[in-house]
Amino acid sequence: MDADVIVIGAGIVGAACAHALAQAGRRVLVLDARIGGATGAGMGHLVVMDDNPAELALSSHSTAQWRALAPRMSKDCAYSACGTLWIAANEEEMAEAERKQQRLRAHGIESRLLDGAALARAEPALRNGLAGALEVPGDGILYAPNAARWLLAQGGDSVRIEHAKVDAIADDGTLRLADGSRRTASQIVLANGIEATALCPELPIRPKKGHLLITDRYPDTVHHQLVELGYVTSAHHSDGDSVAFNVQPRPTGQLLIGSSRQFDTTDPAVEAPILARMLQRALDYLPGLADLTAVRSWTGMRAATPNGLPLLGKHPWREKLWLAVGHEGLGVTTAPGSAHLLAALMNGIDPEFDEAPYAPRGLLETA
Amino acid sequence: MSVTTLLHIDGRPVRVKAGSSVAAALHVNGGMGVARTSVTGEPRAPFCGMGVCQECRVRVDGRRMLACQTVCAEGMQVETSA
Repeated sequence: MDADVIVIGAGIVGAACAHALAQAGRRVLVLDARIGGATGAGMGHLVVMDDNPAELALSSHSTAQWRALAPRMSKDCAYSACGTLWIAANEEEMAEAERKQQRLRAHGIESRLLDGAALARAEPALRNGLAGALEVPGDGILYAPNAARWLLAQGGDSVRIEHAKVDAIADDGTLRLADGSRRTASQIVLANGIEATALCPELPIRPKKGHLLITDRYPDTVHHQLVELGYVTSAHHSDGDSVAFNVQPRPTGQLLIGSSRQFDTTDPAVEAPILARMLQRALDYLPGLADLTAVRSWTGMRAATPNGLPLLGKHPWREKLWLAVGHEGLGVTTAPGSAHLLAALMNGIDPEFDEAPYAPRGLLETA
Repeated sequence: MSVTTLLHIDGRPVRVKAGSSVAAALHVNGGMGVARTSVTGEPRAPFCGMGVCQECRVRVDGRRMLACQTVCAEGMQVETSA
Protein backbone atom coordinates (compact mmCIF):
# COMPACT_ATOMS: atom_id res chain seq x y z
CA MET A 1 0.00 0.00 0.00
CA ASP A 2 1.30 3.45 -0.86
CA ALA A 3 0.47 5.55 2.16
CA ASP A 4 -0.55 9.19 2.06
CA VAL A 5 0.46 9.60 5.68
CA ILE A 6 2.84 7.72 7.98
CA VAL A 7 2.04 7.83 11.70
CA ILE A 8 4.93 6.98 14.05
CA GLY A 9 3.52 5.38 17.20
CA ALA A 10 0.48 3.12 17.71
CA GLY A 11 -0.39 4.30 21.21
CA ILE A 12 -3.68 6.04 21.89
CA VAL A 13 -2.61 9.30 20.22
CA GLY A 14 -1.14 7.66 17.10
CA ALA A 15 -4.18 5.38 16.84
CA ALA A 16 -6.59 8.31 17.14
CA CYS A 17 -4.63 10.25 14.48
CA ALA A 18 -4.67 7.24 12.12
CA HIS A 19 -8.41 6.87 12.75
CA ALA A 20 -9.15 10.56 12.06
CA LEU A 21 -6.96 10.59 8.94
CA ALA A 22 -8.57 7.41 7.58
CA GLN A 23 -11.98 9.00 8.16
CA ALA A 24 -10.77 11.94 6.09
CA GLY A 25 -10.03 9.53 3.23
CA ARG A 26 -6.27 9.13 3.71
CA ARG A 27 -4.34 5.88 3.39
CA VAL A 28 -2.33 5.58 6.59
CA LEU A 29 0.73 3.51 7.47
CA VAL A 30 1.34 3.23 11.22
CA LEU A 31 4.87 2.35 12.34
CA ASP A 32 5.20 1.12 15.90
CA ALA A 33 8.39 -0.04 17.63
CA ARG A 34 6.45 -2.08 20.19
CA ILE A 35 8.35 -0.45 23.03
CA GLY A 36 5.15 0.41 24.89
CA GLY A 37 4.55 3.78 26.49
CA ALA A 38 2.09 5.83 28.46
CA THR A 39 -0.95 4.20 26.80
CA GLY A 40 -0.13 0.86 28.38
CA ALA A 41 1.09 2.25 31.69
CA GLY A 42 -1.60 4.82 32.51
CA MET A 43 -5.02 4.83 34.15
CA GLY A 44 -7.15 5.35 31.05
CA HIS A 45 -9.20 8.15 32.51
CA LEU A 46 -11.37 10.42 30.37
CA VAL A 47 -11.55 13.59 32.38
CA VAL A 48 -12.30 17.21 31.61
CA MET A 49 -9.45 19.38 32.92
CA ASP A 50 -9.80 23.14 33.19
CA ASP A 51 -6.47 24.50 34.39
CA ASN A 52 -6.50 26.82 31.38
CA PRO A 53 -8.93 27.51 28.50
CA ALA A 54 -6.89 25.51 25.98
CA GLU A 55 -6.82 22.40 28.16
CA LEU A 56 -10.56 22.77 28.75
CA ALA A 57 -11.30 23.11 25.02
CA LEU A 58 -9.18 20.08 24.12
CA SER A 59 -10.34 17.81 26.95
CA SER A 60 -14.04 18.66 26.66
CA HIS A 61 -14.03 18.21 22.86
CA SER A 62 -12.25 14.88 23.41
CA THR A 63 -14.51 13.48 26.14
CA ALA A 64 -17.52 14.32 23.95
CA GLN A 65 -15.93 12.33 21.12
CA TRP A 66 -15.26 9.37 23.46
CA ARG A 67 -18.90 9.40 24.59
CA ALA A 68 -19.98 9.34 20.94
CA LEU A 69 -17.62 6.45 20.14
CA ALA A 70 -18.41 4.44 23.28
CA PRO A 71 -21.60 2.66 22.09
CA ARG A 72 -19.68 1.21 19.12
CA MET A 73 -16.49 0.30 20.98
CA SER A 74 -15.67 -3.36 21.59
CA LYS A 75 -16.40 -4.67 25.07
CA ASP A 76 -12.72 -5.24 25.82
CA CYS A 77 -12.15 -1.47 25.62
CA ALA A 78 -13.86 -1.54 29.04
CA TYR A 79 -15.45 1.87 28.66
CA SER A 80 -17.31 2.93 31.80
CA ALA A 81 -19.26 6.16 32.24
CA CYS A 82 -18.39 6.37 35.94
CA GLY A 83 -17.93 10.15 36.07
CA THR A 84 -15.44 11.95 38.28
CA LEU A 85 -15.84 13.20 41.84
CA TRP A 86 -13.44 16.04 42.61
CA ILE A 87 -13.14 15.71 46.38
CA ALA A 88 -12.98 18.81 48.57
CA ALA A 89 -11.28 18.05 51.89
CA ASN A 90 -12.09 21.40 53.51
CA GLU A 91 -13.99 24.66 52.99
CA GLU A 92 -11.20 26.24 50.94
CA GLU A 93 -11.31 23.32 48.52
CA MET A 94 -15.11 23.48 48.48
CA ALA A 95 -14.82 27.11 47.35
CA GLU A 96 -12.47 25.84 44.61
CA ALA A 97 -15.09 23.22 43.66
CA GLU A 98 -17.60 26.04 43.19
CA ARG A 99 -15.17 28.02 41.02
CA LYS A 100 -14.51 24.87 39.02
CA GLN A 101 -18.22 24.40 38.48
CA GLN A 102 -18.49 27.97 37.18
CA ARG A 103 -15.65 27.40 34.71
CA LEU A 104 -17.21 24.14 33.49
CA ARG A 105 -20.68 25.69 33.26
CA ALA A 106 -19.30 28.58 31.16
CA HIS A 107 -18.08 25.90 28.75
CA GLY A 108 -21.41 24.05 28.74
CA ILE A 109 -20.19 21.08 30.80
CA GLU A 110 -22.61 19.51 33.23
CA SER A 111 -21.55 19.15 36.86
CA ARG A 112 -23.13 18.96 40.30
CA LEU A 113 -21.99 20.11 43.75
CA LEU A 114 -22.34 17.59 46.57
CA ASP A 115 -22.16 18.67 50.20
CA GLY A 116 -20.42 16.48 52.78
CA ALA A 117 -23.52 14.39 53.50
CA ALA A 118 -24.32 13.83 49.81
CA LEU A 119 -20.70 12.83 49.19
CA ALA A 120 -20.84 10.31 52.05
CA ARG A 121 -23.99 8.79 50.53
CA ALA A 122 -22.43 8.65 47.06
CA GLU A 123 -19.16 7.09 48.24
CA PRO A 124 -19.52 5.53 51.71
CA ALA A 125 -15.93 4.26 51.66
CA LEU A 126 -14.52 7.81 51.90
CA ARG A 127 -13.45 8.98 55.35
CA ASN A 128 -15.80 11.08 57.44
CA GLY A 129 -15.57 14.84 57.56
CA LEU A 130 -14.88 15.71 53.93
CA ALA A 131 -16.38 19.02 52.86
CA GLY A 132 -17.98 17.80 49.63
CA ALA A 133 -17.26 17.27 45.97
CA LEU A 134 -17.94 18.36 42.43
CA GLU A 135 -19.37 15.55 40.32
CA VAL A 136 -18.65 15.60 36.58
CA PRO A 137 -20.91 12.87 35.16
CA GLY A 138 -19.63 13.11 31.57
CA ASP A 139 -16.18 11.77 32.50
CA GLY A 140 -15.36 8.09 32.15
CA ILE A 141 -12.64 5.47 31.94
CA LEU A 142 -11.48 2.91 29.41
CA TYR A 143 -8.73 0.35 28.87
CA ALA A 144 -6.44 2.33 26.60
CA PRO A 145 -4.35 -0.43 24.92
CA ASN A 146 -7.51 -2.08 23.59
CA ALA A 147 -9.10 1.25 22.71
CA ALA A 148 -5.99 2.06 20.61
CA ARG A 149 -6.26 -1.29 18.79
CA TRP A 150 -9.97 -0.72 18.26
CA LEU A 151 -9.39 2.75 16.78
CA LEU A 152 -6.78 1.33 14.37
CA ALA A 153 -9.12 -1.50 13.34
CA GLN A 154 -11.88 1.01 12.46
CA GLY A 155 -9.73 2.19 9.56
CA GLY A 156 -10.20 -1.11 7.72
CA ASP A 157 -8.05 -1.26 4.60
CA SER A 158 -7.16 2.41 4.96
CA VAL A 159 -4.91 1.79 7.97
CA ARG A 160 -1.96 -0.60 7.85
CA ILE A 161 0.28 -1.30 10.84
CA GLU A 162 3.91 -2.28 10.57
CA HIS A 163 6.00 -3.22 13.59
CA ALA A 164 9.16 -1.27 12.93
CA LYS A 165 11.41 1.13 14.78
CA VAL A 166 12.19 4.45 13.14
CA ASP A 167 15.86 5.30 13.67
CA ALA A 168 15.96 8.70 12.01
CA ILE A 169 13.94 11.29 10.13
CA ALA A 170 15.99 12.75 7.26
CA ASP A 171 15.80 16.44 6.33
CA ASP A 172 13.58 15.59 3.35
CA GLY A 173 11.15 13.69 5.60
CA THR A 174 12.37 10.20 4.64
CA LEU A 175 12.22 7.73 7.53
CA ARG A 176 15.12 5.35 8.12
CA LEU A 177 14.06 2.17 9.93
CA ALA A 178 16.16 0.01 12.25
CA ASP A 179 16.40 -2.71 9.59
CA GLY A 180 18.00 -0.22 7.20
CA SER A 181 14.97 0.18 4.95
CA ARG A 182 13.27 3.50 4.26
CA ARG A 183 9.68 4.74 4.21
CA THR A 184 8.28 7.93 2.89
CA ALA A 185 4.93 9.66 2.47
CA SER A 186 3.86 13.19 1.74
CA GLN A 187 3.06 13.75 5.44
CA ILE A 188 4.56 12.21 8.59
CA VAL A 189 2.92 12.36 12.05
CA LEU A 190 5.16 11.98 15.10
CA ALA A 191 2.97 10.46 17.82
CA ASN A 192 5.36 8.31 19.85
CA GLY A 193 5.13 10.12 23.18
CA ILE A 194 8.23 10.09 25.31
CA GLU A 195 10.26 8.47 22.50
CA ALA A 196 9.77 11.55 20.30
CA THR A 197 12.92 13.31 21.51
CA ALA A 198 15.07 10.46 20.18
CA LEU A 199 14.01 11.51 16.66
CA CYS A 200 13.57 15.26 17.37
CA PRO A 201 15.90 16.27 20.21
CA GLU A 202 14.75 19.87 19.86
CA LEU A 203 11.31 19.09 21.30
CA PRO A 204 10.81 20.46 24.84
CA ILE A 205 9.56 17.17 26.30
CA ARG A 206 10.71 15.71 29.63
CA PRO A 207 9.78 12.39 31.19
CA LYS A 208 7.57 12.67 34.28
CA LYS A 209 7.51 9.36 36.09
CA GLY A 210 4.35 7.99 37.68
CA HIS A 211 3.55 5.02 39.91
CA LEU A 212 0.31 3.04 39.85
CA LEU A 213 -0.97 0.15 41.93
CA ILE A 214 -3.92 -2.16 41.30
CA THR A 215 -5.82 -4.21 43.86
CA ASP A 216 -7.57 -7.53 43.69
CA ARG A 217 -11.29 -7.40 42.84
CA TYR A 218 -13.51 -5.62 45.36
CA PRO A 219 -16.67 -4.72 43.42
CA ASP A 220 -18.78 -1.76 44.60
CA THR A 221 -16.14 -0.36 46.95
CA VAL A 222 -15.98 2.84 44.90
CA HIS A 223 -18.38 4.02 42.19
CA HIS A 224 -16.79 7.09 40.59
CA GLN A 225 -13.30 8.04 39.64
CA LEU A 226 -12.16 9.88 42.78
CA VAL A 227 -9.65 12.72 42.60
CA GLU A 228 -8.66 15.18 45.28
CA LEU A 229 -9.12 18.83 44.34
CA GLY A 230 -5.58 19.39 45.59
CA TYR A 231 -4.54 17.26 42.57
CA VAL A 232 -4.47 20.33 40.38
CA THR A 233 -1.82 22.04 42.47
CA SER A 234 0.28 18.92 42.99
CA ALA A 235 0.03 17.70 39.39
CA HIS A 236 1.46 20.83 37.86
CA HIS A 237 4.59 21.32 39.89
CA SER A 238 7.40 21.54 37.39
CA ASP A 239 9.98 20.23 39.85
CA GLY A 240 10.20 17.94 42.81
CA ASP A 241 8.23 14.80 43.66
CA SER A 242 4.54 14.93 44.42
CA VAL A 243 1.66 12.58 45.11
CA ALA A 244 -2.09 13.05 44.88
CA PHE A 245 -5.15 10.97 45.70
CA ASN A 246 -6.68 9.40 42.61
CA VAL A 247 -8.62 6.12 42.71
CA GLN A 248 -10.52 4.56 39.86
CA PRO A 249 -13.00 1.66 39.95
CA ARG A 250 -12.19 -0.72 37.10
CA PRO A 251 -15.11 -2.68 35.57
CA THR A 252 -13.42 -5.84 36.93
CA GLY A 253 -14.01 -4.64 40.49
CA GLN A 254 -10.34 -3.82 40.90
CA LEU A 255 -9.23 -0.44 42.21
CA LEU A 256 -6.50 1.43 40.34
CA ILE A 257 -4.63 3.73 42.71
CA GLY A 258 -2.50 6.74 41.72
CA SER A 259 -0.82 9.06 41.44
CA SER A 260 2.79 10.19 41.75
CA ARG A 261 4.93 12.59 39.75
CA GLN A 262 8.72 12.68 39.56
CA PHE A 263 11.03 14.55 37.20
CA ASP A 264 14.60 13.82 36.15
CA THR A 265 14.50 10.03 36.23
CA THR A 266 14.07 7.50 33.46
CA ASP A 267 14.49 4.51 35.77
CA PRO A 268 11.30 2.42 35.44
CA ALA A 269 11.79 0.71 38.81
CA VAL A 270 9.01 0.88 41.39
CA GLU A 271 10.38 3.02 44.25
CA ALA A 272 9.05 2.00 47.66
CA PRO A 273 9.35 5.45 49.32
CA ILE A 274 7.26 7.27 46.69
CA LEU A 275 4.81 4.34 46.38
CA ALA A 276 4.37 4.45 50.17
CA ARG A 277 3.71 8.21 50.08
CA MET A 278 1.16 7.71 47.31
CA LEU A 279 -0.64 4.94 49.20
CA GLN A 280 -0.60 6.93 52.45
CA ARG A 281 -2.27 9.78 50.58
CA ALA A 282 -4.92 7.34 49.29
CA LEU A 283 -5.46 6.00 52.81
CA ASP A 284 -6.10 9.57 54.04
CA TYR A 285 -9.22 9.52 51.84
CA LEU A 286 -10.13 5.81 51.75
CA PRO A 287 -9.01 4.23 55.05
CA GLY A 288 -10.49 0.85 54.07
CA LEU A 289 -7.86 0.41 51.37
CA ALA A 290 -5.51 -0.81 54.10
CA ASP A 291 -7.43 -4.10 54.31
CA LEU A 292 -7.38 -4.79 50.57
CA THR A 293 -4.84 -6.88 48.71
CA ALA A 294 -2.69 -5.27 46.05
CA VAL A 295 -1.97 -7.36 42.98
CA ARG A 296 0.66 -5.32 41.17
CA SER A 297 2.40 -1.96 41.02
CA TRP A 298 4.28 -0.44 38.09
CA THR A 299 5.55 2.83 36.68
CA GLY A 300 5.29 4.80 33.45
CA MET A 301 6.72 7.96 31.95
CA ARG A 302 4.51 10.89 30.96
CA ALA A 303 5.75 13.07 28.11
CA ALA A 304 5.60 16.50 29.75
CA THR A 305 5.91 19.87 28.01
CA PRO A 306 6.80 23.13 29.84
CA ASN A 307 3.22 24.49 29.75
CA GLY A 308 1.37 21.18 30.11
CA LEU A 309 -0.24 21.35 26.65
CA PRO A 310 0.52 18.89 23.86
CA LEU A 311 2.39 19.97 20.73
CA LEU A 312 -0.11 19.68 17.87
CA GLY A 313 0.66 20.98 14.39
CA LYS A 314 3.32 21.34 11.74
CA HIS A 315 6.93 21.08 12.87
CA PRO A 316 8.41 24.57 12.38
CA TRP A 317 11.30 23.54 10.16
CA ARG A 318 11.30 19.80 9.49
CA GLU A 319 10.00 18.86 6.06
CA LYS A 320 6.68 16.96 5.96
CA LEU A 321 6.64 16.46 9.74
CA TRP A 322 3.58 17.01 11.95
CA LEU A 323 3.60 16.68 15.74
CA ALA A 324 1.11 15.03 18.10
CA VAL A 325 3.24 14.62 21.21
CA GLY A 326 3.63 15.89 24.78
CA HIS A 327 0.25 14.78 26.16
CA GLU A 328 1.65 14.19 29.63
CA GLY A 329 -0.91 12.38 31.82
CA LEU A 330 -3.93 13.33 29.76
CA GLY A 331 -3.24 11.60 26.44
CA VAL A 332 -6.01 9.02 26.68
CA THR A 333 -8.51 11.78 27.36
CA THR A 334 -7.21 14.17 24.72
CA ALA A 335 -6.34 11.74 21.91
CA PRO A 336 -9.57 12.24 19.90
CA GLY A 337 -9.45 16.03 20.13
CA SER A 338 -5.74 16.06 19.28
CA ALA A 339 -6.42 13.83 16.28
CA HIS A 340 -9.33 16.00 15.14
CA LEU A 341 -7.20 19.15 15.34
CA LEU A 342 -4.21 17.62 13.57
CA ALA A 343 -6.24 15.96 10.80
CA ALA A 344 -8.09 19.23 10.17
CA LEU A 345 -4.82 21.19 9.92
CA MET A 346 -3.24 18.53 7.67
CA ASN A 347 -6.27 18.71 5.37
CA GLY A 348 -6.42 22.50 5.35
CA ILE A 349 -9.75 22.62 7.21
CA ASP A 350 -10.58 24.87 10.18
CA PRO A 351 -10.66 22.75 13.36
CA GLU A 352 -13.62 22.97 15.73
CA PHE A 353 -11.53 24.83 18.32
CA ASP A 354 -8.58 27.23 18.20
CA GLU A 355 -5.31 25.50 17.28
CA ALA A 356 -3.01 28.35 18.36
CA PRO A 357 -2.34 27.28 22.00
CA TYR A 358 -0.92 23.91 20.88
CA ALA A 359 1.13 25.21 17.94
CA PRO A 360 4.67 23.80 18.12
CA ARG A 361 6.31 27.03 16.96
CA GLY A 362 5.66 29.00 20.11
CA LEU A 363 6.92 26.28 22.40
CA LEU A 364 10.08 25.66 20.47
CA GLU A 365 10.97 29.35 20.62
CA THR A 366 10.56 29.51 24.38
CA ALA A 367 12.25 26.16 25.07
CA MET B 1 0.73 -34.45 66.02
CA SER B 2 -1.22 -35.44 62.96
CA VAL B 3 0.77 -35.90 59.75
CA THR B 4 -2.17 -34.73 57.67
CA THR B 5 -4.30 -31.60 57.63
CA LEU B 6 -8.00 -31.47 56.82
CA LEU B 7 -9.31 -28.33 55.11
CA HIS B 8 -12.32 -27.47 52.99
CA ILE B 9 -12.14 -26.24 49.42
CA ASP B 10 -15.45 -24.78 48.28
CA GLY B 11 -17.08 -26.82 51.06
CA ARG B 12 -15.46 -30.09 50.04
CA PRO B 13 -13.19 -31.78 52.61
CA VAL B 14 -9.63 -32.30 51.37
CA ARG B 15 -6.89 -34.08 53.34
CA VAL B 16 -3.29 -33.16 52.55
CA LYS B 17 0.14 -33.83 54.02
CA ALA B 18 0.84 -31.45 56.91
CA GLY B 19 2.81 -28.41 55.75
CA SER B 20 1.32 -28.46 52.24
CA SER B 21 0.48 -25.19 50.54
CA VAL B 22 -3.09 -24.33 49.63
CA ALA B 23 -1.93 -24.48 45.98
CA ALA B 24 -1.00 -28.14 46.52
CA ALA B 25 -4.38 -28.76 48.17
CA LEU B 26 -6.13 -27.23 45.13
CA HIS B 27 -4.26 -29.72 42.96
CA VAL B 28 -5.21 -32.64 45.22
CA ASN B 29 -8.80 -31.42 45.17
CA GLY B 30 -9.23 -31.37 41.42
CA GLY B 31 -6.65 -32.03 38.77
CA MET B 32 -5.70 -28.68 37.30
CA GLY B 33 -5.80 -26.90 40.64
CA VAL B 34 -7.97 -24.07 39.42
CA ALA B 35 -7.84 -21.18 41.87
CA ARG B 36 -10.26 -18.72 40.34
CA THR B 37 -11.75 -17.59 37.05
CA SER B 38 -10.74 -14.48 35.13
CA VAL B 39 -13.28 -11.76 34.35
CA THR B 40 -13.91 -13.48 31.02
CA GLY B 41 -14.64 -16.78 32.81
CA GLU B 42 -11.32 -18.41 31.97
CA PRO B 43 -10.04 -20.85 34.63
CA ARG B 44 -6.78 -19.72 36.25
CA ALA B 45 -4.31 -21.91 38.14
CA PRO B 46 -1.04 -21.41 40.05
CA PHE B 47 1.64 -20.52 37.51
CA CYS B 48 4.79 -19.24 39.18
CA GLY B 49 4.31 -20.87 42.56
CA MET B 50 6.33 -18.14 44.28
CA GLY B 51 3.94 -15.26 44.91
CA VAL B 52 4.57 -13.22 41.79
CA CYS B 53 2.04 -14.17 39.12
CA GLN B 54 -1.03 -13.59 41.32
CA GLU B 55 -2.94 -16.29 39.42
CA CYS B 56 -3.68 -18.42 42.52
CA ARG B 57 -5.75 -15.87 44.46
CA VAL B 58 -8.31 -17.55 46.72
CA ARG B 59 -10.32 -16.55 49.76
CA VAL B 60 -9.02 -18.25 52.91
CA ASP B 61 -11.26 -17.93 55.96
CA GLY B 62 -12.75 -14.81 54.39
CA ARG B 63 -9.47 -13.12 53.46
CA ARG B 64 -7.84 -12.82 50.04
CA MET B 65 -4.64 -14.89 49.97
CA LEU B 66 -2.24 -16.38 47.44
CA ALA B 67 -2.69 -20.17 47.50
CA CYS B 68 1.00 -20.75 46.79
CA GLN B 69 2.07 -18.60 49.76
CA THR B 70 -0.41 -20.02 52.29
CA VAL B 71 0.20 -23.17 54.35
CA CYS B 72 -2.83 -25.35 54.99
CA ALA B 73 -4.20 -25.24 58.54
CA GLU B 74 -6.67 -27.58 60.18
CA GLY B 75 -10.27 -26.62 59.42
CA MET B 76 -9.31 -23.90 56.93
CA GLN B 77 -12.10 -22.78 54.57
CA VAL B 78 -10.89 -22.05 51.05
CA GLU B 79 -13.18 -20.49 48.43
CA THR B 80 -12.13 -20.37 44.79
CA SER B 81 -15.20 -18.65 43.39
CA ALA B 82 -14.58 -15.28 45.06
